[in-house]
Amino acid sequence: MTLDVVAFWGLAVVVIGSALAVVLTKNLFHSVLWLALSLTGTAGIFLSLDAEFLAAVQLLLYAGGVITIVVFAIVVTERLVGDRLTQVSRRLLTGVILAGALLVALLRFLRGAELPVEQPVIAVDVTRVLGQVLMTEFVLPFELLAVLLLVGLLGALYFARPED
Amino acid sequence: MPLSAYLTLAAVLFAVGFFGVVTRRNTVGILLGIELMLNAVNINLVAFARYNADIVGMLFTSFTIPITVAEVALGLAIVILMFRMKRTAVADHLDILKG
Repeated sequence: MTLDVVAFWGLAVVVIGSALAVVLTKNLFHSVLWLALSLTGTAGIFLSLDAEFLAAVQLLLYAGGVITIVVFAIVVTERLVGDRLTQVSRRLLTGVILAGALLVALLRFLRGAELPVEQPVIAVDVTRVLGQVLMTEFVLPFELLAVLLLVGLLGALYFARPED
Repeated sequence: MPLSAYLTLAAVLFAVGFFGVVTRRNTVGILLGIELMLNAVNINLVAFARYNADIVGMLFTSFTIPITVAEVALGLAIVILMFRMKRTAVADHLDILKG
């Protein structure tokens, strides 16, 4: 067993285990914290795929941004309602059957597909090339993304404005 | 590790997220399930990009992650708005579109 195999399995256990905790925990707040662990594990998976920049983006935006927003939302809504948010799941059996069927379909497809086994060597610095294509070839989508974030910000402000 | 290992991991993660979306009754819980599914898709994108030595594929992921964040922000804004109007976060109670 080489180091990357051990790292992959360790990360896979963390990611899947915390994902299961996200969908099964009763307390919504704990659910969000498990999601943070799962997203951080995913950043580790990105590192094992030589995508250092994406791992950083994942940590900053997902594990940092999304978790903060969700925690804020839970705190605000708890204050509005006045009691702790516990969540009950319903129709667990139906959920298991549906998710299991989806998983079986995906895995059957994966088994039939011809997939590369070895990671090819990338000679260049991935982060440097990402930055270069982002500012040359893909500058239009990059700018559109900035507009999208602005629209999202304005939309969220509009929705969440105080009642007058 | 072969590519299929990463794809299997992403498939399991996607199924877990789907399970969460189907079974959760709280809207915030449903959003967390959607997060897991999107996360699984991102793993797939990066894995395919790495095994094809195609850096532009990774660039695609750096676009999907901010879009997801914008989606969550708006989704939660809607949840807070529904809280104000209906005083509930349970998706079954949000039935004001019913005729």
